[in-house]
Amino acid sequence: MYINIEIFRGALLARPVGELDLASADSFRTALDNALDDNKVGHLIVNLSGISYIDSSGLGVLLGRYKRVASSGGRVSLVAARPQVRKILELSGLLRIMGEYNSEEEALSRAG
Amino acid sequence: MQLINHMSIEFSSLPANVAFSRVAVAAFASQLDFTLNELEDIKVSVSEAVSNAIIHGYGNAAGKMIRVKVKIYKNSLEILVEDSGKGIEDVQKALETEYSTDPERMGLGFTFMQSLMDKLEVDSAPGKGTRVIMIKNVHGSKSHRAGH
Repeated sequence: MYINIEIFRGALLARPVGELDLASADSFRTALDNALDDNKVGHLIVNLSGISYIDSSGLGVLLGRYKRVASSGGRVSLVAARPQVRKILELSGLLRIMGEYNSEEEALSRAG
Repeated sequence: MQLINHMSIEFSSLPANVAFSRVAVAAFASQLDFTLNELEDIKVSVSEAVSNAIIHGYGNAAGKMIRVKVKIYKNSLEILVEDSGKGIEDVQKALETEYSTDPERMGLGFTFMQSLMDKLEVDSAPGKGTRVIMIKNVHGSKSHRAGH
């Protein structure tokens, strides 16, 4: 799993690529936490279009980052999850607390 | 029920082996007429069980062994994920939704297994390791009882 991170219009855009399971959870978590440490943003957007697999280990990282961002009044948006990934997100209930959008642009404009 | 095929793999308790185990089981399971979505469901279920063995059974210690056995019947698949780790004190509580001993984890492993597979059995006790048995029926076929 590798991850591209960009700050754009006041939001942190994270674009992980690969699989989010127990093996990649730590590096995913560290990358997001380091980026959040270095950049005070009110919106974390995770573009999941490059993620081919996710299970509860990956979901745990998303939830942990959501708690961190939400505790300071921010929001987390998920973008472009593939069908199987979306199914797991939906089963977990995370889509009830995080915004879901088809594109980064949509997440940026709708969630502000 | 007639056993058609079976396999057994054993691997060390490394996170990298979670992906290996799910792909191996899915490849073996593809002998049956599962849809691609069902194979993906099997992958998640195996990953959750193996991840549990690593995280909870062995406390993230490397160098321990996990065994995955798969049996293929005419219309169903039976998967056993076994570890000789510390075991579960209260299996019923562990199976409850959103129970987790770790604040960063969601406690959804068993929930996913129950949702994505057709049957889940957990046999575990403190100091006795853990055996997770999951069954997936080929869509449209009759149900399978574990051990048959």
